[in-house]
Amino acid sequence: MTQSLATMAYIGAAILFILSLGGLSHPETARRGNLFGMIGMTIAVLATVLGPRVTPAGVPWIVGALVVGGAVGLYAARKVQMTQMPELVALMHSLVGLAACLVGFASYVDTSVAYEGAEKAIHEIEIYLGILIGAVTFSGSVIAFGKLSGKIGGKPLLLPARHWLNLAGLLVVIWFGADFVGAASVEAGMTPLIIMTVIALLFGIHMVMAIGGADMPVVVSMLNSYSGWAAAATGFMLSNDLLIVTGALVGSSGAILSYIMCRAMNRQFLSVIAGGFGTAGGAPTAAGEAPAGEVTPISAAETAELLRGSKSVIIVPGYGMAVAQAQHTVYEITKVLRESGINVRFGIHPVAGRMPGHMNVLLAEAKVPYDIVLEMDEINDDFPDTDVTMVIGANDIVNPAAQDDPASPIAGMPVLEVWKSRTSIVMKRSMASGYAGVDNPLFYKDNNRMLFGDAKKMLDEVLLALKG
Amino acid sequence: MAMTIGVPRETFAGEKRVATVPEVVEKLTKLGFAVCVESGAGEAASFSDEAYRAAGASIAPDATSLYAGADLVFKVRAPDATELGLLREGSALISFIWPAQNPELMQQLAGRSLTVLAMDTLPRQLSRAQKMDALTSTASISGYRAVIEAANAFGRFFNGQVTAAGKIPPARVFIAGAGVAGLAAIGTAANLGAIVRANDTRAEVADQVTSLGGEFVKVDYEEEGSGGGGYAKVMSEGFQQAQREMYAREAREADIIITTALIPGKPAPRLITAEMVRSMKPGSVIVDMAAEQGGNCELTEPGQAVVRHGVTIIGYTDLPSRLSRQASTLYSTNLLRLTEELCKAKDGVIDVNFEDDAIRGLTVVRQGEITWPAPPPKLPPAPAPKPAAAATPAKKSGHGHGASEPASGKTLAGMFVVGAVLFGLVGLYAPASFLAHFTVFVLACFVGYMVVWNVTPSLHTPLMSVTNAISSIIAVGALIQVAPPGGDGSRPDELIRWLAVAALALTAVNMFGGFAVTRRMLAMFRK
Repeated sequence: MTQSLATMAYIGAAILFILSLGGLSHPETARRGNLFGMIGMTIAVLATVLGPRVTPAGVPWIVGALVVGGAVGLYAARKVQMTQMPELVALMHSLVGLAACLVGFASYVDTSVAYEGAEKAIHEIEIYLGILIGAVTFSGSVIAFGKLSGKIGGKPLLLPARHWLNLAGLLVVIWFGADFVGAASVEAGMTPLIIMTVIALLFGIHMVMAIGGADMPVVVSMLNSYSGWAAAATGFMLSNDLLIVTGALVGSSGAILSYIMCRAMNRQFLSVIAGGFGTAGGAPTAAGEAPAGEVTPISAAETAELLRGSKSVIIVPGYGMAVAQAQHTVYEITKVLRESGINVRFGIHPVAGRMPGHMNVLLAEAKVPYDIVLEMDEINDDFPDTDVTMVIGANDIVNPAAQDDPASPIAGMPVLEVWKSRTSIVMKRSMASGYAGVDNPLFYKDNNRMLFGDAKKMLDEVLLALKG
Repeated sequence: MAMTIGVPRETFAGEKRVATVPEVVEKLTKLGFAVCVESGAGEAASFSDEAYRAAGASIAPDATSLYAGADLVFKVRAPDATELGLLREGSALISFIWPAQNPELMQQLAGRSLTVLAMDTLPRQLSRAQKMDALTSTASISGYRAVIEAANAFGRFFNGQVTAAGKIPPARVFIAGAGVAGLAAIGTAANLGAIVRANDTRAEVADQVTSLGGEFVKVDYEEEGSGGGGYAKVMSEGFQQAQREMYAREAREADIIITTALIPGKPAPRLITAEMVRSMKPGSVIVDMAAEQGGNCELTEPGQAVVRHGVTIIGYTDLPSRLSRQASTLYSTNLLRLTEELCKAKDGVIDVNFEDDAIRGLTVVRQGEITWPAPPPKLPPAPAPKPAAAATPAKKSGHGHGASEPASGKTLAGMFVVGAVLFGLVGLYAPASFLAHFTVFVLACFVGYMVVWNVTPSLHTPLMSVTNAISSIIAVGALIQVAPPGGDGSRPDELIRWLAVAALALTAVNMFGGFAVTRRMLAMFRK
């Protein structure tokens, strides 16, 4: 296959990738979108292998690597629990980051293509940047994986003067960058390159360590974006347009997701990345007075009674549902209620869970039809006409203080207005405050009931009472 | 010493309700009270003496012995002269009193050392008081019954039907006043299948009317008619003119009119004139629920159903009594809730605590001293509109689907300037080969931006896993390094190959795993 033919195949692959992302705009077309992605990837790989840059000597190596990697990937994809999706996605990001690093190093030690003058400088800057982004993606994703899977505590780790540490790291990286580009030989350039890689790895670790559990949707989508930029940087360094296009697609997609997540929390991207929410952002306990009043507990049997007596029910799931693996019971309850003619719908906050769209995937896994799973903006106006709202393991995303209390740390964050429904039932382990460390006045409202206990266990009891 | 609650038989003509039903007797006993019921008190509401006895009440043979033994008397209607005479000194009475309408009764009560709680003076704006609100529970029964009475007098179906014998149009019901009674009537009539239209001077009830299946009819005149405490106030002359025109129009079209308009302490407003009655179709029905206060219709005769100009005008004043069993149950539950408030210690002794706004409002006579009208309850000050709350709606929380609000001109101009400077710098210094790639990069960013904005939020996770799979395109970079042609020996081929193979294996995990897991997820999304 000639270079021109390979380039045409690359264009075809790039178009298929664009169609693939476009296909995800609706559940109906999403499956086809995924298929387009697979075809595009196959074309890209085949065109490269058969193209002029790969000699037949490499084929066994390539096949071997693909078989080993592919087997691991398929195994992981089959075994993973839907509740573990955030971890899997984070882990996969780290692989892309590591691969970008390796390709960058390989490209640097490859001296067969000689560059001169500005081209050489640009090529080296590309390598330097590619490895930098790759390393940050890699270590950041590994830490994100650790946090999401519970191997590392979810609490933000806040080093003293952490912003200065980051700034110092950046300056050192720039300093060594100049050193690297000016290096006379590969050996001379290797030292600054390796130092930079270490700093980038540390920076990735530090950045994600400083971010707490509920900000994870932003982090995961940001790392998604980085893995794209790493691919694009690799494309520049290898002068490969397909890599550039695909990397840019993925990078901008992740950036948009991060932006959507930030907006859903009414926060600036930079302040999320700077980390330490709820500790540095003012003194919430001092500023907002504790809501007065008593909470009214309710039993599982009474909950079932309330649900049975209503016409319209909205269920608002949060991370607690994922932790308790309660989505299947939720679906069973939904089924029972719907069979008796009750209108049951789900209200999903954009940042519910630990990953964009986390709740949707869990509910889909439990076979909840997607047309009753609605976004916050679609359902917020319907709460006043709703008899019962069940909040399962969510807190900050249903906190009325975001609207009523300008002093609250979460003031201005869009929330699901569950308190406007006739009765709301909050399922919670205890009265502990949510991730943001803000007390929730919802619990003290007259029309709110608290169902204390493990979400799965309580829902099982509710289901039993509903069937009985 | 536990108190004895006495429940006498109602003596008012036509009154069939009873203040306490057997079910509530049990609960009162649990609060520590002894309950004594006059023989035959519940008969008209289908509660036998045996039922009371089974619930733990003792039965007094006649009113005299009942009043003699009672420390606390539960009644429905205000006491008449005989009953007043029977009330023991130092005892307490809970019933409807209507102190504004019955000044002489108040004087007589004050002459004795009695404590009187009037169910009709409850401060209804306290949300805590809702469970004791007998006016509301009575009104909703009346509203229901009004529709039933109308249906009884009306010669047609309520719901429209298409039958073999021809098409039947649905009845048109117009309801004046959407208070508790009006809303109950709207719901009942709508459930029977009628077309329901309703009006109220308080515009804020429009939503409630709609939610019950009615259509809110506006008066074409701007004035706010909420008079506090959930009642309407007297409206201006201009408004009344517009309102009369609207009523005339509705009367011509309606088959059934139910009027519920009351203004506290004033005679009921005249809404339906004789002229309007004449304009109605023969066989139509008017139920005037304000008959006791003079009636909303000019031709109403309180307590009776009459036919005027071919229109049946029902002015029954005993609508709750016509549903006596239901009305008694609800009323006695209201009394029970009040008793719970009065007897927090559950020791069978009531404590008329004037610190409690609800109890203060209910108490019209304490130890013979008139305490009516009560000062307005200390409500928590209405929350001042907070700036943040006002600002929130302005901030579109729209979940970015393409058309989010356009950036302001200033920001846009700033972005253009920065972009132009950056692009200018790149153009000045970068070599041509880089620019070709750069063009592709910038355009691809925009394509990605446009495409991803359309992704539905529910697919964000699959989007992330598919982009993740696609980002393993980096494999192409690794592939061309595995065994590139034309090595001249100076190149560390071995090292490069190992690096490339490792990178390839890593991306392969991603490539296969990413697509497979996306597939698995998407397969789960179903309607």
